[in-house]
Amino acid sequence: MFNPFSLDGKVILVTGASSGIGRSIALECARLGAQLIITGRNPERLNDTYVQLEGTGHNKSIADISTDEGINYLSENLPQINGVAHVAGIVITKPFQFLNRPELDLVMNTNFNGPILLTNVLLKKNLIKKESSLVFISSISGTMCSFIGNSAYSASKGALNGIIKGIALELAPKRIRVNSIIPGMIDTSILNHSSISDEDLFEDRKHYPLGRYGRPEDVAYAAIYLLSDASNWITGSNLLLDGGYTLK
Amino acid sequence: MEIETFVKQFALQFAETDSKEFQSKTRFREIEEWSSLISLSIIAMVDEEYSVKLTGEDIRKSTTINDIFEIVKSKK
Repeated sequence: MFNPFSLDGKVILVTGASSGIGRSIALECARLGAQLIITGRNPERLNDTYVQLEGTGHNKSIADISTDEGINYLSENLPQINGVAHVAGIVITKPFQFLNRPELDLVMNTNFNGPILLTNVLLKKNLIKKESSLVFISSISGTMCSFIGNSAYSASKGALNGIIKGIALELAPKRIRVNSIIPGMIDTSILNHSSISDEDLFEDRKHYPLGRYGRPEDVAYAAIYLLSDASNWITGSNLLLDGGYTLK
Repeated sequence: MEIETFVKQFALQFAETDSKEFQSKTRFREIEEWSSLISLSIIAMVDEEYSVKLTGEDIRKSTTINDIFEIVKSKK
């Protein structure tokens, strides 16, 4: 059957695969035929993803890619790959005035330095094949708008969108494509037990013209498009996925 | 920790409301200026001053400044 979105025969690395968006991307990519290498920090939750992967030949690796040790460990055990979905990320909800250096470092190391330096190491070790696709999960926060208490997160995502344009330009001769997805709020556990109450989150959904927050699968299908050969002529772009939030 | 100090620290998170309007029994959500930003600022202030992590839910279920003070004490 003709399917331009097939990932058959592609080896795809997914970071942050132990929960939420990363888990969904891993599961959906496997359903479209990809061979997955999933990574995350929590062994049990990563294994929960691993056992749900359709097909065979998948691998998992516990690593904290916000550190150089984690990046080196992960890259030592990797085969050559055809695509990466950079999903690992954290949120700190704090008014700007209260932010301190350790918190800013944590957000930048996890959301920006980690994925960028991992990409850098994978390129140095020649582990990214020609015609590969690199997908970064960014956000509307920091690229289109921001939210109260979200300044550090916005900074990390804005920085991602900036640097991928430079990377996309430099990797174009190898036909390696580099894109980001910029989702609005996605229903995951990232804000459970946080400074924002469930009631506020419920109210916030009303700001989305399509009537709901995004689901992890919504992001997964966008990632599949960017990882597949269907998006062969797309590089340096930011795919907006926000249920219409930024229309208003 | 003392309630008088806490009320002062609480009042500092507001930009427009006169600090004299704040007492331990003040129903903070009825203050016109109350907002989600101030709610997050209270949580951040409590973390900084008392090393206690309040949740959005703790604020939501509180009515007076003293209610929050009691939660902070109980979590300390």
